[in-house]
Amino acid sequence: MSVLRPLDKLPSLNTATILLVGTEDALLQQLADSMLKEDCTSELKVHLAKSLPLPSSVNRPRIDLIVFVVNLHSKYSLQNTEESLRHVDASFFLGKVCFLATGAGRESHCSIHRHTVVKLAHTYQSPLLYCDLEDGASRPCCGQPMRHERKKSPP
Amino acid sequence: MDSYDASESTPRQSTSLRPEDYFIGATFLQKRLESVRKQTSFIPTPPRRKIPHCSQLQEDVDPQKVAFLLHKQWTLYSLTPLYKFSYSNLKEYSRLLNAFIVAEKQKGLAVEVGEDFNVKVIFSTVLGIKGTQRDPEAFLVQILSKSQLPSENREGKVLWTGWFCCIFGDSLLETVSEDFTCLPLFLANGAESNTAIIGTWFQKTFDCYFSPLAINAFNLSWMAAMWTACKMDHYVATTEFLWSVPCSPQSLDISYAIHPEDAKALWDSVHKTPGEVTQEEVDLFMDCLYSHFHRHFKIHLSATRLVRVSTSVASAHTDGKIKILCHKYLIGVLAYLTELAIFQIE
Repeated sequence: MSVLRPLDKLPSLNTATILLVGTEDALLQQLADSMLKEDCTSELKVHLAKSLPLPSSVNRPRIDLIVFVVNLHSKYSLQNTEESLRHVDASFFLGKVCFLATGAGRESHCSIHRHTVVKLAHTYQSPLLYCDLEDGASRPCCGQPMRHERKKSPP
Repeated sequence: MDSYDASESTPRQSTSLRPEDYFIGATFLQKRLESVRKQTSFIPTPPRRKIPHCSQLQEDVDPQKVAFLLHKQWTLYSLTPLYKFSYSNLKEYSRLLNAFIVAEKQKGLAVEVGEDFNVKVIFSTVLGIKGTQRDPEAFLVQILSKSQLPSENREGKVLWTGWFCCIFGDSLLETVSEDFTCLPLFLANGAESNTAIIGTWFQKTFDCYFSPLAINAFNLSWMAAMWTACKMDHYVATTEFLWSVPCSPQSLDISYAIHPEDAKALWDSVHKTPGEVTQEEVDLFMDCLYSHFHRHFKIHLSATRLVRVSTSVASAHTDGKIKILCHKYLIGVLAYLTELAIFQIE
C-alpha cells in the first residue's frame, strides 16, 4: 500500500508522465489517445489506472501529473476518486493534480451535483476542468489544457 | 454550457460585474444578474436543506376537487412566465383555443383515424394549489369530446387535461414585472398531439416557452428520500427503484423493491434534524441501499443511473413523468417540481 510521492524518483530526460485515474476504461482510453495525438516537443507518456494505490511491483517512471477523472453520471466514480485521493502524498497537490469532470453536458443523466466536484477541487486546491468526451470535437480541446497543466509543473 | 466553464474564472468575473450595478440601477435586470452570480459562485454552497411539506394553505385543498389530479400519469414541462394573462378572461381563452384546435385539426396536422372533431375546451381555476399567498392561482385546461346528439346534454369524455401551477415560486416571482403571470410548472395528461397544439397556442398567445422537464438521478434520489420521510397512515404501494445500466447492445434494467415500512425505518435511522432533509442524509440513505445490494449481488448500483422512483406518496420517472398517489402531500411534491422547473427556466 504505497503512497504516491512526487519526488521519489529521478525525472526522465525530456519526458513527462501523466497518470489518469478513473473507473471507466473506455473514457480514459479516449482521453489518452486524444492527448497523445497532440503535437509536442517533448515526449509524453500516459498511464491509466482504475484506482490508487498503484501496484508497487511495476517499474514506472516518475509521475508528473495526476488527473482524476470523475464521471458526473456515476456516484461510484466519485467514491472511487475520494478513495484514491487518500493514497496521494500531500506535496502532489502543489500543482501536480487536476480534476476532470465529464458528462456535465447531459444534465438529465447526472447523479452528482456540480457543486460536489467543485467543493472537492476546492478542498484539494487543484484545478477542475469540464469535458464531454463523447463529443468528438471536444476531445482535442480537452487534451490541450492537460498539456498546459503538465507544462506548468516543473520538469 | 458556458456556466460550467465560467465557474473556474468566476472570481475575476464577479469583480467585473460590480461596476455594472451602479449603471443599471435597481431594476429587473440587476436582479437577474444577482441571481446568475449566486448560481455561478465559486464558493461551494452548504448542503441543501429542504423543509418537508407543511403548507398552511394545504387545508384549503379540497380532496374531492383534487381527486382527479391523483393516480394519473402527468408529463412535466417547465414554462416561462405568461405575458398579459388574465384570470378574468378564461371564457374568452376557451373560445379562442377551441377555434384554434378545430382549425389545426382540420388542417390535417394531427389527424387520427376516427377522431371526433367536436371538442370543447374548458379553462378553469383550481383553488388551493399554491404554496404561499403570493403564488398565482393554478388553472386547468381540459379538452372534452362534445356529444354528437344535441338532445344529450351530458358532459363529454375528457380527452386531454393540462394544468399550470406555481408552488413557492418566490425566486421567480421576484424577478418578473407586473405584466407576467408565473406558473412555471405545467403537467399534461393525454395525447401528445393535443399537448403540442395547446403548447403552440399558448406560446403564440402569451409569448412563453414550454420545455420538457427531465428529472436527473440526483433529484430522483432527493425525491426518494423526501417521500420516504413522509408519515403515512397506510402504505398503498411498495417502495421501488429502477436503475438503468449502460451497457451495449441493450441497456439492462435493475429493479429493487422494498417494503415501505422498512424503507421508512431506514430513513428514520439516517434522519437527524427534525423538519429538514440534508444532502448528507439523502446520500447516506441511498448509500445504505447501494451497499446492501452490493453485499448480495456484487453490483455497484452507484455506477448505474437511477431512472425511476416509486413510493406510496408519488412515483417519478427520469423522462419527466410523475404520478401523485397521496393528496396529503400533493403540495409538497409540486413544490419540489416547481423548484426544478424554475431552475430549468433560469
